[in-house]
Amino acid sequence: MILINYFARYREQLGIGGEKIALNASLKSIDDVRKLLISRGHIWEEVFSENSLMCALNQELCTLDASIEEFDEVAFFPQVTGG
Amino acid sequence: MTIQIQTEAFNLGELNSRLHAEDNSVGAVVTFAGYVRDINQGEKVNNLYLEHYPGMTERSLQLIIDQANDRWPLQRVKIVHRVGLLNVSDPIVFVGVASEHRQAAFDACAFLMDYLKTRAPFWKREETQSGDRWVSSRESDQLAASRWESRDE
Repeated sequence: MILINYFARYREQLGIGGEKIALNASLKSIDDVRKLLISRGHIWEEVFSENSLMCALNQELCTLDASIEEFDEVAFFPQVTGG
Repeated sequence: MTIQIQTEAFNLGELNSRLHAEDNSVGAVVTFAGYVRDINQGEKVNNLYLEHYPGMTERSLQLIIDQANDRWPLQRVKIVHRVGLLNVSDPIVFVGVASEHRQAAFDACAFLMDYLKTRAPFWKREETQSGDRWVSSRESDQLAASRWESRDE
């Protein structure tokens, strides 16, 4: 099981702030998770196909090739705009 | 506390004096304060809502401060960032740096802001006359941050 968080515009567009999904042999990286979410179609496909998508693993910025493990906290969000 | 995430406003004078209080080796304090503008991308802004990622926000700011400390000899660093609902002209962010000499303080302050704007998980949503919208990131912010990367070993 991993936790996935969605923030800001993504949270609004997807209609949820986060969810838990079960890990399996085909989910090894953050990009695998992204592809799984794209396969849901509609708004999911739209959001997770964005080039500017940012992601974090256990609350640190990472790239899509980062490997994931059981109980990891993953997050997807649009480019940050603080400051 | 080096990092503060809060809904309340902050006092610039107080933050400034705390950067050099009881440390006579400090010769330079450089601070930056960011405010909510009335017009963004041609539209009048009524207010701004700041969302963040609790936990990651503090971690990412600490990482940015660690990198600044690796690059420059700094005595003190302070970052305050507000979240929640803000009005036009409200202060949003404070970054302050204390060092022996001005160049390190100027550079470190600019570095901290450039990295904060591109790496810390904050998002702005504006209420404008034509409705609510999420503020999009600016190419110039990415460029500003990347000028520090070219100096990485």
